[in-house]
Amino acid sequence: MQFAFLIYESPEAFATRKSEGTESYTSAWRAYHKALVESGVFVGGDPLEVPETGTTIRIRDGKRGVQDGPYADTKEQLGGFTILELPSLDAALEWAARCPAASYGAVEVRPLAPQIRRKVTE
Amino acid sequence: MSESDRDDEKVHRAVERVARESYGRLVAYLSVHTSDLAGAEDALSEALLKALITWPRHGVPQNPEAWLLTTARHSLIDFFRHQQVALASEPDLLLLTQDSSKAVMETNFPDERLKLLFVCAHPAIDSTMHTPLMLQTVLGLDAVRIAGAFLVSPKTMGQRLVRAKTKIRDGGIRFEVPELHQLPQRLDAVLEAIYAAFGIGWDDLAGVDQRGRDLTQEAIWLARVLLQLVPNDPEVCGLLALMLHCEARRAARRGSDGRYIPLSEQDPKLWSLPLIEEAERHLADASKHGRAGRFQLEAAIQSVHAERGRSGRIEWTAIVRFYEQLNRISPTIGRLTGYAAALAEANGAEQGLAVLDAIGQDAVSSYQPYWAVRAHLLQLLGKSPEAQNAYDRAIGLAEDPAVREFLLQKRA
Repeated sequence: MQFAFLIYESPEAFATRKSEGTESYTSAWRAYHKALVESGVFVGGDPLEVPETGTTIRIRDGKRGVQDGPYADTKEQLGGFTILELPSLDAALEWAARCPAASYGAVEVRPLAPQIRRKVTE
Repeated sequence: MSESDRDDEKVHRAVERVARESYGRLVAYLSVHTSDLAGAEDALSEALLKALITWPRHGVPQNPEAWLLTTARHSLIDFFRHQQVALASEPDLLLLTQDSSKAVMETNFPDERLKLLFVCAHPAIDSTMHTPLMLQTVLGLDAVRIAGAFLVSPKTMGQRLVRAKTKIRDGGIRFEVPELHQLPQRLDAVLEAIYAAFGIGWDDLAGVDQRGRDLTQEAIWLARVLLQLVPNDPEVCGLLALMLHCEARRAARRGSDGRYIPLSEQDPKLWSLPLIEEAERHLADASKHGRAGRFQLEAAIQSVHAERGRSGRIEWTAIVRFYEQLNRISPTIGRLTGYAAALAEANGAEQGLAVLDAIGQDAVSSYQPYWAVRAHLLQLLGKSPEAQNAYDRAIGLAEDPAVREFLLQKRA
C-alpha cells in the first residue's frame, strides 16, 4: 500500500535551506532519498517552497477570500511530501524514523486513500 | 511547599517505589491461576489508584505490597461478581476469596514472575510481542511508551497487547515453568525478548533520550530478576554480562558536544569499572558450566573490547574467533556484519569485504550497519566511488542524527 510522508519543518529549518553551510542538510536528504530509491519503495514526492510563498484561497457565500501564507498558522509547516510503496504501517514508521526531518522537525505518516481516488477518477 | 504537599509527594514516591519493585510480582501472582493478565493488571492499577487516595490519609501501610495485593484481589472479586459468574463454579475465584481473608497479614507470597516471563515469551505468542508483553506485565510500562520504543502507533500497540493477552487467557497457555527437555529453548525465547528491550533502548539513546536510557535499565533489571529465579544457567549470566559491558560504556558513546564516538575510539577512562567488573564476574560464572552459547559469546566479544582499557589494544583475532563460533550457531546479518568488520581489522579490509559480498543483497537492503561497514572497508581499499555510494546508503538508513553526522563527515 502507499503512504504519504508529510514533512513538517520549523522556520529555522526552512531558513537553513537557503543559508550557507547547508552541506549536511542537503547530504542527509540526498542519502535518504537514495536509500528510498535503491530499496525500491520510492513512488514520488517533492520539497515545497517556504511557507511564506503560499497563497490560500477560500470562497464563502460567493465571496472570494485570498490570504497570504499557508492555510494553518502553526510553528511547524509542511515542507514537502514523499509517497512510498510499503507493505505496512510498521514498515512506513521505520522509514519515517530514518527521515532527516524526524530528528529536527516531524514526519506525519498517512496512508493514501485509493478507494476515494477511484470514486473521483472513474 | 506546604507540609501536606510534602506528604503527598512522599506517598507518591512510596507508591511509585512499590509499583516499580512489586508490579511484576503482583501481576504474576494475581494471574497465575486465572491466566487473565489484563484482569490482574486492571485490578492492580485500581489498587495503586486507591493507594494514592488512602495512603496520604492513613499513612503508608507497614507492608505496602501486601496491602496492594489484598486491594487488587478485592477488585478482581468485585469484577467477577459484576460479571455474574457463579461463585461455586469458578474454582479460581474461590481460591481468590479464600486467600483474601488472610492476605492482609500476608507478608510473603510466592514469586511467580518466572512463569510470567515464560508466558510472555511463549511459542504460541507472536515473537514480536514477547518483549512488549514483558515490558508491560512484568515492569508495568504503559502501551504508549512501549509503542514509542518499538516505532508502532500507540493504538496499534494497545490492540496487539490486548490480542496477545486474550490469547493467553483463552488459548490455554499455562503459567508454568517448562519441562526440563523444553527448558533451554523456552529460556532462550525469554533471553531474546529481554535482549530486544535492551537493543531498542540502546539504539534509542541519542545522548539526550531519557526514555531510551530507561529501557536499557529495564532490560538489565529483567535479567537480574531472571538470574535470581534461574541462578544456574550460563546463558542468563551471559546475557547479563553482555548488557553490563555495553552499559559500562554509556558515558563514552558521545563526545561532550553530542558527537557520536565509535567503540574503538572511545576513551576507556570514561567506562564504568564497577559495571565491567560485574560483567566479568558473570561471564566467569557462566564459563564454569562449559556450555558456550550465543549470549556468552557476544559478552566475550564485549569483554575483549573492555580489555583495551587495561592493555591499550584490541585483540581482533580473539573477536574473529568468537564471531566464527557465533556464526556456527546461526549466521544472522548482524553477526556476519560484525564478523566482517573484525576480520578486516585482523586480516585486512579485503577479507572483510569478501564476507560482506557473500551476504545476499535482499537481506541487507535496509540494514544500516552493513552499509556503514561496507563503506568503511571500501574507503580503506581506496575504492572511492563505491565507498561514497555505500556511505550514502548508510547515511540514508541512519536514524540517529549523531550517527548520520559522523558518517557524513567520514564520507567527505
